[in-house]
Order: sequence, then C-alpha cells, then structure tokens
Amino acid sequence: MIVTEHLQKSFGPVQAVRDVTFNAADGQITGLLGPNGAGKTTTLRMLYSLLPPDSGSIRIDGIDPQREALKVKTSLGVVPDARGLYARLSARENIAYFGQLHGIKKADLEQRIAELCEQLDLHEFIDRRTEGFSQGQRVRVALARALVHKPKTLLLDEPSNGLDVMSTRALRELLLRLRAEGHCIVLSTHIMQEVAALCDRIVIIADGRVVADGSADELRRLSGRNELEDAFVKLIGSEEGLLA
Amino acid sequence: MSRIFIVFNKEIRDSLRDRRTVLNALIMGPILGPVLFVILFGFITSKEVEKSEETLEIPVVNRALAPNLAQFLEQHGMLIQPEPVDPEQSIADKDHDVIVRITEQYPQQWRAGEPAVVEVLADRSRREVGTTMARVQRLLNGYGGQIGQQRIQLRGVDPGLMQAVMIKEVDLSTPESRGAMILAMLPYFVMIGLFVSGMSVAIDTTAGEKERKSLEPLLINPLPRWQIMAGKLLATTAFTLISLALTLVAFVIGVRFIPAASMDFTLNLDWSMALQFWLLTAPVALLAAALLTVLAAFAKSFREAQSYMGLVVLIPMLPTLWMFINPVKPEIWMMWVPLLSQSLLINETISGKLMPLNWQLISVLSSVVFGLLLAAIAASLYQRPKLIFNNS
Repeated sequence: MIVTEHLQKSFGPVQAVRDVTFNAADGQITGLLGPNGAGKTTTLRMLYSLLPPDSGSIRIDGIDPQREALKVKTSLGVVPDARGLYARLSARENIAYFGQLHGIKKADLEQRIAELCEQLDLHEFIDRRTEGFSQGQRVRVALARALVHKPKTLLLDEPSNGLDVMSTRALRELLLRLRAEGHCIVLSTHIMQEVAALCDRIVIIADGRVVADGSADELRRLSGRNELEDAFVKLIGSEEGLLA
Repeated sequence: MSRIFIVFNKEIRDSLRDRRTVLNALIMGPILGPVLFVILFGFITSKEVEKSEETLEIPVVNRALAPNLAQFLEQHGMLIQPEPVDPEQSIADKDHDVIVRITEQYPQQWRAGEPAVVEVLADRSRREVGTTMARVQRLLNGYGGQIGQQRIQLRGVDPGLMQAVMIKEVDLSTPESRGAMILAMLPYFVMIGLFVSGMSVAIDTTAGEKERKSLEPLLINPLPRWQIMAGKLLATTAFTLISLALTLVAFVIGVRFIPAASMDFTLNLDWSMALQFWLLTAPVALLAAALLTVLAAFAKSFREAQSYMGLVVLIPMLPTLWMFINPVKPEIWMMWVPLLSQSLLINETISGKLMPLNWQLISVLSSVVFGLLLAAIAASLYQRPKLIFNNS
C-alpha cells in the first residue's frame, strides 16, 4: 500500500515533480501514465528512497522511505529504467548478489533462483554473462533480481521498454499473477496500450502534476470520451510523447 | 558486517574478469617498474664498468711536437689514434669522445721551462664521456708530475717539498650505502605502484558502476551505503596489496641482475626486507584506495574520473621529489607524514640502518588514520543523491 501526498521535487531551476498525489492499493496494478519527461521516473525514485522529496509525504505500508530507508528497502522490489545488470557476471550471479545483500541464506537462495528461473523462463541464459543480452532477457533478469527477496511492493520503471511481443506477454502474465498474490504493483509507462491492458488504476501525470486518477471506466467518464486512448489524450492535453 | 564482504567478493570476482583491470593492477603495474629499473641500472653500470676498463683510444693532435709524452701515453696503455682533420668537428660529430691536442707553443714552452700547454677536447654536456676524460687527465697529470719531480731532483731539491699538503680522502660509505643511492628509486616505484594499481578497480567499482547505471539498483538494497562503499574500498585495497607484493618480489629478483659487485656496491634487498617494506606500506594501500574512491565518487563519469587519476600520480612522486631537492636527516616528526615516512624508512633500511620500532609504528598509525579519514569522506560522498543522479 503506497500513499503519496503533494510530492514536489526540483533539480535546480527545473521542476520535475510539481504536485503528485496518488494511492496504490495492495492486489492492484497502478500505472503511472504520462509523456516522457512528465516526472514519472523522479516520482518512482522518491518512492524507492533514492531521492528525497522537496516537500510532500510518502508512506509505503506506513513507512516513510526517507526516515527508514533500510526498512522500506527490505519490502521493495525495483526494476529501474536502466536495468543496470553487471555485464561480467552471469544472470545467476547477478540475481544471487542482490539475494545475498537481502540476507538470504545460501540454500534458500538457490531454491529461490530455481523458482524464478521457472517463472520467468530464464533457463536458457541463466549461466551466461549478461553482456550482449537482448532487452527482453535483461528485463527478465532485472525482474528476477527485483523479486528475489519476495518483496511486498514492486516498482517498475518502463518495464516493457524495448521488449518484443512475446516478452511483453510474459511480463504481463507475471504481473497479473503477482497481483493475484496480493502484491502492490506500480509501473510507469508512456504506452497507452499497456495501461489499458494491465492496470486497475491509472494515474495520469503531465508536466509534473497528476491530472487524472481512476480506473479505465472512471477516466472515460471523466473525459467524456468512449475510447480510452482519446480519453488519455484529452486529459493530458496533447498526444506528444505517448505511444499507442 | 558480513554484507561488506558480499560486496567485496562480488567486486573482486567482477574485477578479475576484467582483462584491463587485471593487466593494469596485476601485471603491467607491478612488473613494469622493476623491469625498467633493472634494465636502466644494468645498462648504466655495465657502461661505467666498460668505460673504466676499456682501452683508451684517443687521437693526439700534433703528436710529433711531444714525442716523449706520446711515448709515455702509449706505455700506459693508450692506443693513439690518427689525428682527425678537424678535431672540434669530430667531437661534435661524436666520432671521438676525447681528443688530446699538443699546442704549437708546446716545444718552445717546454724548452723555456714554462708550463707547456696540452689541450683536452671533450663535450662535457655528454655525461658518458666523463669517465674517459678523467682517465686521460689522470695520465697527463701523471706525466706532468713525473717530469716535474725529475726537474726538481736534478737541481738537488727534495720533491716532497713541493707537496705542502697531501689530501687523503677517507670514504666512509659502505657498499650498502653506495647501493642505497641506486635503490633510492625503490620507494618511488613502490609509491607510484600503490596509487596506480588500484586505479582501474576504484574507477570501475564507483564511477564505472554509476555510468553503467548499476549503482541505482545496487543502492536500493537494504544495507547502509557506507557498507557498500567499504566493500568496494576493500576490493581496491586488496588489489593494491597484491600488486604491491608482486612489485617487491619483482624487485628482489630484479636486483640480482644488476652487476653490483663489479661497481663495488651491494644492493641490499632480500626477502625479509621486502616483507618488512610490504608491511610498512600496506597502510598506504588503504590510504591510496580511499583517495581514489573519493575522487571516483566525486566524478560524474568514467572519463572525468580518469582525468583526476592523471593528477593522482603526482602525489606519490612528491616525497621522493622533496627528498631529492632537499636531502634531510630523517626526524621523528616526519613519521607522521604518510608517503614521506615510508619513503624515508625504506631508504634508511636499504642503506643498512636499523630504524627504531616506534618510528615504524608511528608511520603505520598515521597512514591508517589518514586512510580512515579519507574513507569517511568517501562514505559521506556515497550519501549524496548526486552519487547516482548527476542532475540532482
């Protein structure tokens, strides 16, 4: 469960996030939709405690990420925009490294990696160095790494960026399964199709502000458009930076 | 604490798989200095030996004006060469190192009992002609002295009267201390190695990780950032320590190839001494790693980090440079200065002096303290959001 209120963040003269307020419930997928540069990544970075907000508040399961960063990190699984795998380590070593840092014991870790291998279909490349992996393989390894400690909350920055159709499908299935298990999932995207297909709740961010927030039906009603895509465009005020 | 070692293990494994790092830290770094040293000094000493023993082959211009002198020179082993057309030019062309020229006035001055002038031509800016020139002058002086003595004796005077003062040089240098003059280069190589060998690991684990964007996910793991920093710092230190050991091993083996005995000096560097030097300079490995980590954490990119590293190489040169410009008697306060203390201790030990234990302990202590201080700065740099995001 994530609750944010009036988040603000500036980098020098640039106001990246002006006013972001939204909730993300457990057992739901919440999508942050907005054009590139709208402030989605900055918002996520504040959620996973790497950036302190200038003002406003964040609670993840009641914990303030700034005050208790270590505590919040134990329950967070994060796939950042850049993935950031170690090229000279194999996929298994990449996952194991983060597992160890989460304090998972060796035997448990091996078993957990075997599970993730199964769920994310990593068998083919689990013992290969990640140098030269395709985008799809990278995302799957980054996901496995984020899930290794079975986090309650999952934060994904543009998870389907660069994925082919098959990988995208596999990703969606995984996210739906995690939702069914009761996880709180937040993903950011600039792809309208993705939110439409996946998200229970959609938070539309434009120019650092939340301009609309609700289920797909609510957003259609709010904008007075029947097509979800038209609704998005209407609410954001422009088509620029969005992908159908 | 155990998480520090998880980070440490990962960085060691990761770095060992990086060919450039392994090459820099474990092969090029430790071997290059000693090999260069041995080749350089091996060459210089064998040249010196050669110059002082080889037959003097010197042209004597106007030889016919001083047949007696020429005969004396030949009796003393000089091989007189045919005189060149233009002696000055042939020196400039390096056809000859030294040329002796009997001046036109020589016979007349000789007969008048005035000092007869003999010129020795050489280019003193060529360092390598020094030995030959000294040998030629010694021969000429010998001839002059001999003739002078004979003249005095002929007039019934004791030649000893001519020598009011006799200078006797008492050289108290030992073969060890003469060898130490040469091994004075050792601390220089060791110190540079300490700063260079950890460089690629320090850059790779900090600035490199930032550039490859793997630092962001790493910092989302639930451990304090200083522990992540410490793991990386220790990995850099470990690489440096291994590199340092290899450097010393290479030196101990290398000095055996320098023909020291023929130059009458001893290169006093054995295994136990190498171990002592390793222990003495180990704290500097921590200090160097911490300094490199601070700079790498400060840099925005791999390239920026590398440009700082160019300046870092100057730091280990400072104490050697200072000692070169201003040779001092080591004093206890100098033991509080990292790098300088180790350089002095190594130099003194090589020249056969036994350094007091408390001096060595102060040196170790001060370097550890400075190292930890820099590590604390590195840790505080790791706390900044700027570490991951350049724009924040």
